[in-house]
Formats: sequence, structure tokens, C-alpha cells
Amino acid sequence: MINSPFVRKAASVQSVMLQVLLALVPGIAAYVWFFGAGILVQIAIASAAALAGEAAMLAIRGKPKAIFLTDLSAIVTAWLIALTFPPIAPWWLTVTGTLLAVVVVKQLYGGLGQNPFNPAMAAFCLMIVAYPALMSQWPAAGQLDFKTQLDLIFGGLRQVDAITGATPLDALRTALRAAANPDSQVHGLRAAQLMDGPAFGFLGGKGSEWIALGYLVGGLWLIQRRIITWHIPFAFCGALLVTAGLLWGVRPDAFASPVFHLASGGAMLGAFFILTDPVSGATTPRGKLLFAAGAAVLTYVIRTFGAYPDGIAFATLLMNILVPIIDMKTQAPVFGHKKD
Amino acid sequence: MLRKLFKFHGGVKPQTNKEQSTTAPIAAVPLPDRLVIPLHQAVGGHPRPLVQPGDRVFKGQRIGGADGSLSSAVHASTSGLVRAVAPAVMPHTSGLTTLSVIIEPDGEDRWGELDKVNYRSTPPDELRDFLRDAGVVGLGGAVFPSYAKLKPGKEGKLKTLVINGAECEPFITCDDMLMRERAGDMLKGILAMRHMLQAEEVLIGIEDNKPQAVAAVQAAIAASGQSGIEAVAIPTRYPAGGAKQLIRVLTGIEVPHGRRSTDFGVQCFNVGTAYSIYEALELGRPLISRLVTVAGNVNAPRNYDVLIGTPMDHLVRLAGPRADTDRYIMGGPMMGVRMPAFDVPVVKATNCILVGSEAMFPAPAPEMPCIRCGECAKACPADLAPFELYWFSRSKNFGKAQEYHLFDCIECGCCSFVCPSHIPLVDYYRFSKSEIWAREREKEAADAARDRFEFKNHRQEREKLEKAEKLAAKAAATREKVAADGATAPAPGSDAATPAKPAPDAAKRALIEAAMEKARQQKAQAAPKNTDQLSPDVQAEIADIEARREIVAKPAASPLPPQDA
Amino acid sequence: MFTALFVMTGIALVLGAGLGFASIKFKVEGDPLVDKIDAILPQTQCGQCGFPGCRPYATAIAGGEAEINQCPPGGEEGIRKLADLLGREFKPLSEEHGVEKPKSVAIIDENTCIGCTLCIQACPVDAIVGAAKQMHTIVASECTGCELCLAPCPVDCITMEPIAETVDTWKWRYPVFQIAPAALDTARQEA
Ligand code: SF4
Ligand code: SF4
Ligand code: SF4
Ligand code: SF4
Repeated sequence: MINSPFVRKAASVQSVMLQVLLALVPGIAAYVWFFGAGILVQIAIASAAALAGEAAMLAIRGKPKAIFLTDLSAIVTAWLIALTFPPIAPWWLTVTGTLLAVVVVKQLYGGLGQNPFNPAMAAFCLMIVAYPALMSQWPAAGQLDFKTQLDLIFGGLRQVDAITGATPLDALRTALRAAANPDSQVHGLRAAQLMDGPAFGFLGGKGSEWIALGYLVGGLWLIQRRIITWHIPFAFCGALLVTAGLLWGVRPDAFASPVFHLASGGAMLGAFFILTDPVSGATTPRGKLLFAAGAAVLTYVIRTFGAYPDGIAFATLLMNILVPIIDMKTQAPVFGHKKD
Repeated sequence: MLRKLFKFHGGVKPQTNKEQSTTAPIAAVPLPDRLVIPLHQAVGGHPRPLVQPGDRVFKGQRIGGADGSLSSAVHASTSGLVRAVAPAVMPHTSGLTTLSVIIEPDGEDRWGELDKVNYRSTPPDELRDFLRDAGVVGLGGAVFPSYAKLKPGKEGKLKTLVINGAECEPFITCDDMLMRERAGDMLKGILAMRHMLQAEEVLIGIEDNKPQAVAAVQAAIAASGQSGIEAVAIPTRYPAGGAKQLIRVLTGIEVPHGRRSTDFGVQCFNVGTAYSIYEALELGRPLISRLVTVAGNVNAPRNYDVLIGTPMDHLVRLAGPRADTDRYIMGGPMMGVRMPAFDVPVVKATNCILVGSEAMFPAPAPEMPCIRCGECAKACPADLAPFELYWFSRSKNFGKAQEYHLFDCIECGCCSFVCPSHIPLVDYYRFSKSEIWAREREKEAADAARDRFEFKNHRQEREKLEKAEKLAAKAAATREKVAADGATAPAPGSDAATPAKPAPDAAKRALIEAAMEKARQQKAQAAPKNTDQLSPDVQAEIADIEARREIVAKPAASPLPPQDA
Repeated sequence: MFTALFVMTGIALVLGAGLGFASIKFKVEGDPLVDKIDAILPQTQCGQCGFPGCRPYATAIAGGEAEINQCPPGGEEGIRKLADLLGREFKPLSEEHGVEKPKSVAIIDENTCIGCTLCIQACPVDAIVGAAKQMHTIVASECTGCELCLAPCPVDCITMEPIAETVDTWKWRYPVFQIAPAALDTARQEA
């Protein structure tokens, strides 16, 4: 029997997820513009794999397929995987990553709403540990035409080293480390000078700064739609700016500028789309601030001192572990129990 | 006139649907064939019945007397004949029955003697007793006996008296219509309450979607020439009419769960309650009727002045229910309760009968798992984390749920309203709360039983000890006696004692046998009961009474009321 | 590779140490075991467990002399709680000790009672009032439903009545989790 309330707002998981997908569109458009349509192929592969994996798991677990396949949550995971994996990753890499995310990280933990880790980021971490080379090769903007991309994805062409390089983040880190070495040619050059190369744009990596802008636009729209709150993006960007700004302020020759950090890699995607995943993220307002700030600092540390191309994924997972305790410790005072 | 208003966290804006029932003025209701007046209509103790089947009652005659420290009287809503005092289905989701007085109106609607009081010259204690016996309770839906709230705090006076005319639930308009049509009399009731509470200021909070009500109340205040009373339009946002939320909006004070608002210098009453206080004090009329909105799936939604005890279907028929009607909801769509039957009576808590159908209030889409989106937390006016409460309630982890302030939840339904996963969150909280209460009751009973058991053991120990001591003393005495008597009479004392020992037992057994024999005879005699000489009419009556006795003896054993309910 | 190994081992060690520390620091003191067991038992004092009351049974459990599944009034839930408390395996209620019944109270048929006072002596919680040769009656609110007064009564005038549900004891049901496919189908049909 149904009890009150007898009226409900027209809201559903599906519509929430749909809006998240829509918000990704500007970023994807920029991606296609600068790096070619290969990314669309990746998105399609990931989406298909996610749906297949989800359907299989739902069948095994005896859950109704109709509502869970159409809730679009698997598609969101798939898109995030496609957008964080290299656009020229071979198809099986994307498929394996997506299946890991959906089957292991999501469904084996209990399905929608039960996963303690962000599925896309968990998959990213697993894959980068397993296939460090394949996961680190990124083409420069406009470097590859669609045909070559297809060949790379579907295995026709396999001399990746020849045609691709590292991400701007990786490149800059390598350059900075070289600059710190007195024997190197570039010794003594500052980060700004190092960024003069063809791989870099105005603020971050060439082209990728526009993608970041696309994510920013989509993310702001999500805030305006009240799908996400301002806390996580704000705290993430703020903390990243502050951390990077401190080190950069002390030694501008050895560290990249805060704006570069914000504009490159997955910073914007992370701030608006990855860390804001409600299931694995913190939920209280103060908790969100802590959670995102922690993720930002970790991201910076991993980017600057670690060996991986970007730090978002590891930072997200590490903070996911802390979510229960963050939430527990940051419960807001309830009505009538506030001290004011 | 710009007053600083405060905000409460959360809230939602459901479609208000209030226009439909405010087009026509308040209407009267023809007398029904039968009034079913439950004795227990308010928070607190069950009133005891004061009438018997066959009694004639006047309109306004007390039929249920307040019992216990918190209880409120009940009155006959019209003159007529008491047909029965029997359990009848009450307007409650459970569908359980409660002892009710069933009155057959005689059509004359004759008032009994009415005594009024002058509240200015009567001591407050007497006034409170008067209001208790007039059956005045909160008409906003909580039905808390009003007299118990009409005590000023420790200092003997109150800062702010808040009058609740917010009426935030969709569809309900009875308070709106009351303020529009009876603002002057309502104000008199407010003045009486102000006097009793010695309140410095009075704030009447009305949601700003009721401009006519605001204007009417303001006009009444101006006409009365009183100062320190203000009708304040507050932003329309559900649940602004929750007492705690309204106090917050008007005064900025948050009254925590479990604390009395007078400790914070405020007290809150519904406008309907103010009106019934006016009726009780100035006209001497106890609470026997109230305004009820009939809305929803009817052709002519409207407000009616309804006698307590009127069957709901009698009332709804006047508004023209549509053919697909399949349920009545008492209250609004956010917090209302589904009625177990159509003919349950209107009670003091009935502010609205929302007539519903599957098309009007469709079942929600299937429940999905919680995605922790936090929508519910954003909407919760009690600043709770509903999804955490849900999680703990679902896993029956009640201790944790209480730690997350389950009992601060006011069951407003905002969280269920917004949840994209369509989880019936409030149902989980209701479940948890009643489960926790049940466990507390069980625990109390167990503790009491343990104490009594230990006491009994202790008592038996003591008795044994005392007996042993007595025996020892006796034995010692005998020994002394024997020693004193020397060898003159050695054995007889002890000899006589030994065979005499079983004697009491045997005697007792004989006694029991005799008593049993007597009982058997009594039973045999009881069966015929000399009824064969009686006329069939009288026999039928006896059978009838016996049957009724059966029912009274085990009320809930019969889920449905007897044939005449 | 080795770094990863070291890190993992390190984390494991730190967490382990933390847990160990917490278990020492937050160790629950007080309440001896018997009290805790007794707190779980329903205090019906019926003796069905084979002991003269709940506390003796609690003592026996604590002393390892009795199984945890001998108390019918406590039922499955009680056994579960005991199993949780003692870290033992759950077992179904042992049949030789009785079956779980709805909670009841005893009622004396006052017309038949001969006032022999035998039931008063049997009642473990003094819930029966009366004097010799007078009608006896049971204080329902104190009666634990132990049924111990039934057998001694020479005229069999005591019966057990299940406690009826009232609004004050009525409980909201656990919401049905509609996600099961069957429920879904009915929901669709209704819609
Ligand atoms: S609104 Fe529903 S889905 Fe969202 S957090 Fe609350 S309970 Fe979970
Ligand atoms: S029903 Fe309770 S938890 Fe839900 S919004 Fe209202 S007060 Fe908050
Ligand atoms: S069986 Fe009876 S006496 Fe034994 S523990 Fe259970 S309630 Fe107590
Ligand atoms: S044992 Fe039976 S007859 Fe004796 S006092 Fe009790 S109820 Fe009455």
C-alpha cells in the first residue's frame, strides 16, 4: 500500500544521468574539433561494452533489466572512461576497462548506488597499472586523421611510439625535470619557456584547454540545473590553484603555473563530472569541500612527483576510501541543534 | 510593516491546487443518519465513556470525560439517542477499531445548557480545566490538547504567540476560508489565548498565496483596535505550516525536538484552534464541529462546517465524487493518511478529505536504489540526512538511525517528494520509529518483569527464612520445655506433631475438593440461567447484550465494526 | 613493482596497528556477561528453557552449560541477538523446549474461580491478585504470558488470550522493496 506523500516531483535517476550526459557534450565537441572523430568511436565502443556488461550482470543477479539498463548510469561511466582513456587506445583496452568498471567495480559491489569507488576511475587505475605504455600515449591536436585513428583503435596500425607522444602534463614534467639537471640543454629554462613547444596552447595543452573549457561550461550548466552543487568543483579548483600557486610562487622555474594545472589533463572533467559522482563521493556540504580539496592536493602531488600522466584517477580513488569517515564526521547539525 | 523573516532549510513547492475549493463559501452539512464519535480523538489518555446505550443526549453534552493528566473531553455533536458504545473503525491507516459512541440524531439539533466563562476574571487553572472539558484540541492535525499548551513558561509570560494560518499542504483550504469568513471571531479566540499566556506580541503567519485571508485578518485586527498583533504574509513553501518551521520563519527561533517551545518564549496554535477557543469561552460551545475541505477527485471541491462523527462518505457525497474514486485521504497529499474505509467518521483531526483515484495520485515508479544524490538532504526542513536515515532504517540498524536524529524527522514527506529513485523514504522512517517504540515498550515490560521476579524470589527467600526461624524458635522452645519437664512426659509432644504435619495438606485438599464441587454445581446452575421463562423478546435482547459484551471485551479481535457501524 | 609492494605492506601494517589500538582503546568495560545475556532474554520467567527463570538461564549460558536456543518466548530474534553477543553460530529454536507463540496474557474466568490461591503461588511476577476463597484476577499489564498458572489451577479456569493490537501498539510495516521483478509486474499492471 502506498502512503503519503501521494504526489511526487517528476524526477528520476534517468533524467539526472541524461543531464550529466548532455553536460558532457560541449567538452566532447571540442574534443572532436581538435583531436578528430576518433573519440566518438571510443564513446560508442565504451557505451556498447557498458550496456552489454550491465545486461549480463543484471541477468546473473536476477534484477529487472528494463529499469536498470535505461537508467543511463552505465552510459555515464562509459563516457567518462572514453574521455579519460587515450583516444587512440585499442578497442580491447576500452572494452576491458569498461567491463571492469561496470562488472567488477559497480555490479559486484551491488550495482547502482552501492559502489564505494568511482567505476570509471577505478578502471582507469587498473588499466594504467596493467598497460602503462598503451595508456600513456596521446596524439597531439590535429596530428592524426580519422583513418589513422580508426586503424589505431582497431589494430591495423601498431607503431604507436612513432606517432604519439605524452600528454602535455607528462611532457612538461619531463621537461622540468630535465631543466633541473645541470647537464641538460634546457637547464635553467623556466616552465613558461618550456611551454613554448608545439604541444602547448595558451594555458595548458594545445586543444585540451578548449576541451577543459567545454567541460567547464557543461559543469556550470549542471550547477545551474541543481544536479550538482558548487562545493566540489569550487573546492577542487580552489585547492588545486592554491597548492600549485604556492609551489609555483616559491620556484616558478621548477613548477608549472596553477592555471596550467587547472586547464590541462582531467582537472575540469574531474572537478565537474568525476568527483561529483554522488554514489562514491562525499555527501554533506562540508564533506564535499574536504573531499574535493583532498582530491586536488593528491592530484597535484601525483602529477608533479609521481610517474603517471595524470593524478585525478588515483586521487579520486584515494578520497573514495575516505568518504565514509568524511561523511560521518561532517554531518551538519540538525534543526534546533545548531549553535548560533 | 516590513518584518524581518527567517528561512528554514529545504522545503519543496508542490502544486498547491487550492483555488478550486475557495470559490464557494463554507457550506453546512445536512444531519447524517448516524454519528460515530470515537472517544479517543486527541493526543493523551483515552477518555472514559459517560453515556450508555439508550441514553438521550443533547447537542454539546459531554459523552467522554478526560482521563489522566493529558486528555481531552468528547461531546455529542447533535441531540439524539445513543445507539451503542462500541468499537468502530477509526480514521487511521491501520484500520483498527476504537471505542466510539454511536448516536442516532433526533433531527432537533437541540443544545444542552451552555455555560460560558469570562476569561479575564477566571483564574488560569480553571480556564484550562474548562477548555479541557470543552474538548478543545489543536485543529491543525496534531490534535494536542490545547489546555496543556496554554501555560506560559517559567517567567509567567511569553514573548511571542504564533498563530498558524500558513496552511502549506496542497489542496487544503479550511484555514484560508476560516480566516476569510470568520476572522473577527477567530481574533477573539486569539485574544483569549494571548491573555492566558500573557504574550507580548502575536504573529499570525499566513502563506502569501492567500492574500484575501491576510487582508481579512488585517482588517479584523484594525477593527479590534488591538496593538501588538500582526498578520504576516510569509513565502509559500511547503512545509512552512509546520509549527517548528513557522516559528523559525517568524521569529528565527529553532525549537529542537523534545523541547517545549515555551522554554524559548514562543507558543504556536492553529487558527482553527483559536476559533474553537472563541466558541468555547464566549459561546460556551464545546468542540463539536470543524471546517473540513473536500477536494481532489470531486466535481465541486468546497469547505464544509462538519459535525464531528459525520461519516466521510456522507460528506463527500455533497461534493460529487467522480466515478473512479477509489480512496479517501485524510489530510493533504504530502502528509495525509489513507483511510481504511469510506464510512469512517470525521474527527477533530480531519482538516481535509482528499478524494483520490489512481489517475489522480498514481503509484510512483518502481523504487530504485539510492544514488546518494543528496536531493533529499537539500529538501529536508529538519536539516537531516534522509538517505543516511533510509540506509539505517532499511538495514534495521535503529541505533544508528537514532544517532542520525531519526526522531527529529517531522515526516513532512519532502524527501520522498524529491527522490529521483522514488524511494518511499518516509515509510522507512515510520517503520523505524514504530519499531523503536515497540522495542522500548518491550524493554520496559521486560525490566518490570525482571524486577517483579527478583522481588518475588526475594520475598520467598525471606518468608522461608522467617518460617525457618519461627520453626527453630518453636523447636528450641519445645526442647526447653521438654528439658524442663524432665522425663515425665517424654514422647507425646513430638509424636503428636509428626502425624499432624500432613494433616493441614489433607485438610486443604478436602477444602479444594469441596470448593470444586460447589463450582461444578454453580456452573451447572449457571447454564440454564432461568431464561426459559422469559419472553422471546427479552431473550433476544439478552443475546444482543451478550454479543455486545463479547465485542467490547476483545475490541481488535473484530477488525470490522459490528453490523451497525 | 617493489614500491607498490612496500606501500601495500605499509598500509596493511598501519591499518592493522590502528585496528589493534582501537580495539584496546574502545574496549567495552562493565556489564558482566550474565547481565548482558539477561538483558536480551524476554523476562517471561516461564522456565521453558529448563531453568527456573531467565537469569538462571543466562548464568547457564554464560557458564557454557546451556545452548542459546532454548528460550521459546525470545524466539528467533532472541537467538540471533544471543548469537551476535556471544559470537556463536545461530541455531533454530530447539523443539523440545517449545515453540514461539504470539504474546499473550492469562485471563481468569472469574465466575469459575474458587479462590484456591494456587495460581498466585505459581506466578513468577506476582501478577495475580486475590485472597483465599475470593475471586482471583490477573493484572494484565504485569502478566508476562508465562503460562505457569495454567497447570496448577484445579478448575481449569485460566486461559491465554493473545494480546490484541491497538493503535498504540500498531506498527508500520517494513516498506516492500519494489525492485523484485514480481512486484514490478504488479506495479505495471496497476499503473
Ligand atoms: S533523494 Fe533519493 S536517491 Fe537521492 S540521496 Fe536521497 S534517498 Fe538517495
Ligand atoms: S520526512 Fe523527515 S527526513 Fe524527510 S524531509 Fe521531512 S523531516 Fe526530513
Ligand atoms: S524460556 Fe522462559 S524462563 Fe527461560 S529464558 Fe526464556 S522467558 Fe526466561
Ligand atoms: S488457581 Fe484457578 S481456582 Fe485457584 S485461585 Fe487461581 S484461578 Fe482461581
